[in-house]
Amino acid sequence: MRRAENAVAALLALASASLVAFVVLLLVDPDTQWLGLTAAAGLVLIAAALVLAGKRLVPHEPAVEPRPPLEDPEARDAVQTRLRFPRRKLLLASGGAAGAALTAAVVAPVTALGPAVGDSIVDTPWRRGRRLVDEHGTPLTADDIAEGSFVTAFPDGADKRELGSPVVLVKDDPSRIRRRREWAPEGILAFSKICTHAGCAIALYRKPTYEPTSVPPALACPCHYSVFATREAGKVEAGPAGRPLPQLPIEIGPNRELRAAGGFSGPIGPAWWSVRG
Amino acid sequence: MRRAAHTLVALLCAAAAAAIWASPPEATAQRTGRALYTSACSACHGPDARGVAGKGPSLVGAGAAAADFYLETGRMPLSDPSAEPVRGEPAFTRAERRALTAYIGALGGPPVPAVHPGDAREGFKAFRDRCAGCHSITARGGVAPPGAAPALQQATATQIAEAVRVGPYLMPRFDERQIDDAQLNSIVAYVLAQRHPDDHGGWGIGNIGPIPEGLVAWLLAGTALLIVARLIGERA
Repeated sequence: MRRAENAVAALLALASASLVAFVVLLLVDPDTQWLGLTAAAGLVLIAAALVLAGKRLVPHEPAVEPRPPLEDPEARDAVQTRLRFPRRKLLLASGGAAGAALTAAVVAPVTALGPAVGDSIVDTPWRRGRRLVDEHGTPLTADDIAEGSFVTAFPDGADKRELGSPVVLVKDDPSRIRRRREWAPEGILAFSKICTHAGCAIALYRKPTYEPTSVPPALACPCHYSVFATREAGKVEAGPAGRPLPQLPIEIGPNRELRAAGGFSGPIGPAWWSVRG
Repeated sequence: MRRAAHTLVALLCAAAAAAIWASPPEATAQRTGRALYTSACSACHGPDARGVAGKGPSLVGAGAAAADFYLETGRMPLSDPSAEPVRGEPAFTRAERRALTAYIGALGGPPVPAVHPGDAREGFKAFRDRCAGCHSITARGGVAPPGAAPALQQATATQIAEAVRVGPYLMPRFDERQIDDAQLNSIVAYVLAQRHPDDHGGWGIGNIGPIPEGLVAWLLAGTALLIVARLIGERA
C-alpha cells in the first residue's frame, strides 16, 4: 500500500513538474516541440497516476455492511482503517499540485493570444497619395504591373507586417472591369492581400490564358479557396468568405508612380464578430 | 560558246546546291511546322495563327516557350477547346514538335528559356512564396478554382521554367521583375528535388500535406487509446 502511494505521489509530482515546465516554456521560449512534449507528458503522467491509484489504492474487495451496524468501536475502527489511506496528506498534496499545474497549463495559452485589433482593421496605413512599394521598399510604377501577372505591394514608410498593409496588384483590360473602373487606372486593380474569411494571404491569381474557353480572372485564397472576382469589386464568387475583398483605389502620379487614392473599400482582415463588409 | 553555257549551267547548279545545303535547318523546320500547323492547329488558332474568336487564342507573340511547353507536355492539341489542358503523352513525334515550335517561335515571342543549376534551398523560399499556394509545398499539385493545379513530378527543368514565364491556362505569368533568372533556376532545382523528397518524419503519406498526416495520427492515437482502455478496464 505504502509503495503504491509513494508511486502515485511521485507520478503526480512529475506531472506537476512537466505542466509547470509547459507554462514556463510558453511564457519564456515557446518552442512548439517542447510545448507538445511537456503537455503530453503531464497528461500521460496524471493518467498513469489515476490508473495506478484505481488499481492499487482503492479497495477492490466487496464490503458488505453487516446489520445491525457495528456497535463495537474496535471493529468499526478496523473497517474504517482498511478504507483509510495511511499517507492521505501526501496524496492530497500531490493531487492538488497536479490539479493546479494542469489548470495553469490550460489557462496559460491565453497569453499567446494576439493584441486586440482595435480600429486597425478600419484605420489602415493607406492614405490618399501614399506610394506603393514592393517588398524591398522600391516604389512601383504603372509599368511594373504586367497583364497576366500579380504583384504584392506595401504602403511606403509603414509597417509591412500590419494586417492592413499588404495589397495585391493585378492588371486587366480596363474595358472589361465592370465595377469601380475609376479605381483602376490603366486597369491596375489593388485589393487587400488578407482573405476576408480566415485571414490567410491571397496567394493565387486565376488568370485565364484565353478567357472565352475558360473563366474570368479572380483572386483566390489557398487556405479554403475563397474566390474573389477582380472585375466586380472583389465580390465573393465561391468559397467560405462572407464579404468582398476590400479594394484600394489607385492613382498614377508623376513619373507613373502608383499611389493610393484613398483607403480600403471596407474593413480588412478575417471574419469577426460585428465586422461587416 | 557551248562551253561557256555548260560552265554557266554547272555554276548555277552548284549555287543551287550550295543554297539548299546552306539553307538553315531552322527554315526547313519552319516550313514543315507551318504545314503541320495548318492540318492540326488552325481549326482553333486560325489559318494565320491569329486565333479564332471563341475557340482559341492568337499564337502571335506566344513564342517558342509556350509552343514547346504545350506540345512537349501533350497539353495541345485539345480535342475540346473548352476543356482544361492536362498533361499527357505528346501527340506529335519529336521532329514534328520541333517543327511546330520553330514555326510558332518565328511568329515572335519569348524563346525557350535556358535553365542552369540553381540552389534548391533558395528555390524552396521562392516556391513557398509564389507557387505553393496552388501546387502545394511538395509540388504534388492542388486546386486553382475551378481548375486543378498539376503535380510537377513529371515536369522537366525546361518545362518548369517555361510555365513560370508563360503562365499556362489559369496560372499567372511571372516575368523577370518578379522572378529573376537566378531565382527561376533555384525554383527548378527545388521542384526537381521534390521528385524524391527526404521523408525525415519516416513515413511520407504521399507528401500531400498536414491534413492526411493529422488523420493518420488520429487513427493511430485512437487505436492506441482503445488498447490502453481495454488493458486498464475491468469487467464488472
